[in-house]
Amino acid sequence: MSTLEIRDLHVSVETETESKPILRGVNLTVRAGETHALMGPNGSGKSTLAYAIAGHPKYQITSGTVLLDGEDLLEMTVDERARAGLFLAMQYPVEVPGVTVSNFLRSAVTAVRGEAPKLREFTKELSGAMKSLAIDPAFAQRGLNEGFSGGEKKRHEILQLELLKPKMAVLDETDSGLDVDALKVVSEGVNRFSASGEVGVLLITHYTRILRYVKPDFVHVFVEGAIVEEGGPELAERLEAEGYERFAKAGASK
Amino acid sequence: MPAVSKLDTAGSFETADFPVPNGREEEWRFTPLRRLRGLHTGPDGTEGGEGAVSVAVEAEPAVRVETVGLDDERVGASFTPLERVSALAYRHAAGATLVTVPKETQVERPVVVAVRGERPGQAFGHTVVRLEPFATATVVLDHAGSATYADNVEFVVGDGAALTVVSVHDWGRDAVHVAYHHVSLGRDARFRGHAVTLGGDLVRVSATVRYTAPGGDAELNGVYFTDAGQHHEHRLLVDHSQSHCRSRVEYKGALQGDDAHAVWIGDVIIGVGTEGTDTYEYNRNLVLTDNTRVDSVPNLEIFTGEVLGAGHASASGRLDDLHLFYLQARGIEAEEARRLVVRGFFAEMIARLGVPEVEERLTAAIERELERSA
Repeated sequence: MSTLEIRDLHVSVETETESKPILRGVNLTVRAGETHALMGPNGSGKSTLAYAIAGHPKYQITSGTVLLDGEDLLEMTVDERARAGLFLAMQYPVEVPGVTVSNFLRSAVTAVRGEAPKLREFTKELSGAMKSLAIDPAFAQRGLNEGFSGGEKKRHEILQLELLKPKMAVLDETDSGLDVDALKVVSEGVNRFSASGEVGVLLITHYTRILRYVKPDFVHVFVEGAIVEEGGPELAERLEAEGYERFAKAGASK
Repeated sequence: MPAVSKLDTAGSFETADFPVPNGREEEWRFTPLRRLRGLHTGPDGTEGGEGAVSVAVEAEPAVRVETVGLDDERVGASFTPLERVSALAYRHAAGATLVTVPKETQVERPVVVAVRGERPGQAFGHTVVRLEPFATATVVLDHAGSATYADNVEFVVGDGAALTVVSVHDWGRDAVHVAYHHVSLGRDARFRGHAVTLGGDLVRVSATVRYTAPGGDAELNGVYFTDAGQHHEHRLLVDHSQSHCRSRVEYKGALQGDDAHAVWIGDVIIGVGTEGTDTYEYNRNLVLTDNTRVDSVPNLEIFTGEVLGAGHASASGRLDDLHLFYLQARGIEAEEARRLVVRGFFAEMIARLGVPEVEERLTAAIERELERSA
């Protein structure tokens, strides 16, 4: 059973003039079979946490550890982390012109599984996965994210999640910019992924809306680069009613 | 209203009308003249040598292939040299290769014009490709070998005819080639040009498009991969002196290695009194290593208020870190991610070529380049 352990993680962003601390000691453990919701206001550092775990070069780890099944992710390159079983669904997936979706997916699946899937089986697997996410099959031949709408990009992130079958999925605001229908489709994808009970999900979101479809076991409130309160699903309901104001003040007074 | 093309008023067939360039002229300022091996002075200059370049044409029987003298009335009728080297090439070419596609003939297989450097030293050539009204054809100009070569190529596309030209500059590493491609389009004529520049020490291709009647449509595409020490220069001039014509210029290149130098000049003129012109030009450069140089200069001159669309864009930069991060975050190793992005950069341009043999060759060439830089 997989475990993602984040211990006292401090992360800074380098600007031209200074090194600006964003994360100030994050502690979080996600075990297989669990879904965690990390909720916080804009600018609290939620996305920084996601990118830092995945290894984005812009973020500087100043101290702390991130372990996946006891292995130090921070010692790995970005692609090694993915092959170790980590997946980050991005908030703003980039467009990569000329690289077709099918070519990209096949390369990614080959890298993560350690061998190239048989073309016929892969084609079948891909079209099945696209169908369950209501993605037009024609997208397979389009450039990666090229000209995709916001909702289409998010569905493709979940398509990748379902094909790559990681041990731990970090979903960075996958719900943002989705209408209700797309939100349902995406949520069903996440639930299919976690249904085995053998994988963990860290769902980063600003809003409680997606939590009606993806039920969290734990909710963490994230303010100014650290978790300030933790609880069960009832915490999300409280946030829905009260907003983040209370926590923002708590964070500011620290 | 009859419009006068700048292409007619500025040029001359007399070599003496063009002073020997010194490198400060607008049209020569990016070209390393010392590496031209005297092509800009001419065979009477300091480095006059007797080179040889052979031209062989392979075509379906329906296509007429002739070798004619420069005094043939079908030669030199569609252009006037705008630069000294063009005038020199016209004066010193031994004859012209003339390819004619008769009226309403649809040529299925590409006509291949193989240009081979046979003996070092200066050499000059002249080729004319004529499509009579409503003919269609694809012509591949395939340049290889070692040479110091200057040539004029005329593409005369008759009313309603459609010509696709793929010009592959796959010269040996020591070759110098200064080429002038003169495109002349009749009413509703269509031209698709693809420059593929890989080899040579110095390759400088100047293409001009003139419209002789309304309704012409020209697309000029280019792909280049410029390695250490190479100079690849593509100069385009589209003269919209007629109304209701369309042009698209799209060039993409990658550079790697010390002193790789790519130059792209895109000039578009929209003439006085014209209307309904639709034009767009675009150049993108992917800079794969340090110590390379790109000069990319789009120019758009508009002398009328009645334009349908006119624009240009130029961008040069390194591989995007965000692209690489995204692919790596899906488990793809850094080197493989880099290859995917570079292949993707060229993919659309390659697919557009429409000549499978050349597409395969170019794909293989890019793979070799990627191997080299791995």
